[in-house]
Amino acid sequence: MKKPEIKESLLAPGHKACAGCGEALAARIIMDAAGPNTIVTAATGCLEVFSTLYPQSAWKMPWIHSLFENSSAVAAGIEVALKAMGRENEAKVIAQGGDGATADIGIGCLSGMFERGHDVLYVCYDNEAYMNTGIQRSGLTPFEASTTTSPSGEISWGNKTDKKPMPEIAAAHKIPYVATATVGYVKDLEKKVKKALSIKGPKYLQVHCPCPLGWAHDPALTIKVAKTAVQTGLIPIFEMEQGKITSVRKIAKKQPVEEYLKLQARFRHLFKKPGGEAEIKRIQQIADNNIEKYGLM
Amino acid sequence: MAKPEGVVAKPGSSKKYKTGSWRTKKPVFKHDKCTDCRICVMVCPDGVIFGADKEYHADMDFCKGCGICAEECPVNDIEMVLEVR
Repeated sequence: MKKPEIKESLLAPGHKACAGCGEALAARIIMDAAGPNTIVTAATGCLEVFSTLYPQSAWKMPWIHSLFENSSAVAAGIEVALKAMGRENEAKVIAQGGDGATADIGIGCLSGMFERGHDVLYVCYDNEAYMNTGIQRSGLTPFEASTTTSPSGEISWGNKTDKKPMPEIAAAHKIPYVATATVGYVKDLEKKVKKALSIKGPKYLQVHCPCPLGWAHDPALTIKVAKTAVQTGLIPIFEMEQGKITSVRKIAKKQPVEEYLKLQARFRHLFKKPGGEAEIKRIQQIADNNIEKYGLM
Repeated sequence: MAKPEGVVAKPGSSKKYKTGSWRTKKPVFKHDKCTDCRICVMVCPDGVIFGADKEYHADMDFCKGCGICAEECPVNDIEMVLEVR
């Protein structure tokens, strides 16, 4: 069978994402899966900044940025406007935000969007810190990661809290579809976007995107880092429908968390400072808890 | 009529800016062991790998030289070489 011709992506090249950017890859896959009849909103963040450097835009579909916190509220407005015009079947609406915009700054508007039941897919690009402004910690930064506002040093091991359970928070709103995905498995991501857009009502998709700048790993290893995160159990990949887990990506071969941590310089202090082994054990415990909770093995 | 606020840009106008100048290493597609799996096409963050029938290439105007395609190629048919300009 002849493979189809490769078309240029709906997120055009020439955008200013760093080499090896996981978020740019995720955005490209999501837009190509959604198709051209889509209206997209974006919160402030890396995605907004690298794709729309004045006076250019990388988006080939209607795209709007308003504020940091209101990506979901703007998308809700667009969806209501389409309904008022009787054109809701002509375009799909996707709201986008980074992990900071989703878990910290925009969680109020997001919760409102879920509550009112708008037919919008919300995509959270989870690169685990505020990368655009210089790697400050967010609610989705993992335990013991060194960022500029949770630095590792003499009295600190890095970020004190674990990732906020955003998929569960979204699912608690009793919305029809919640899923997590990763750029490590792009086919899976593509499938989930298509499935989400086929469902009426509010949807939430959280995509784990390695950031070569903030995580300080080799840009060529973006996919490997994302896959290792899944294979250690630190990032569970699952789908929830009507609040219940309906499918999980099983771990093929369980790897110790060291395999994931050693690829990234944001965890370098765990291997250098005396006492790091105990902290790595605590991270291993988080991975083991995930494996038990979601049934990943 | 009220003056429109904000900025309106043409779709896909980012292509006026050629990110290829950022590159230090370039991917060389050897067209030797290619199995036509298209993993390189799928994993390129910029979506600039084109071609068909085991003959793929990166658009050098935009390739940033991240090396993900070479790293992920299952048959090592892509090699990153230092670019001399």
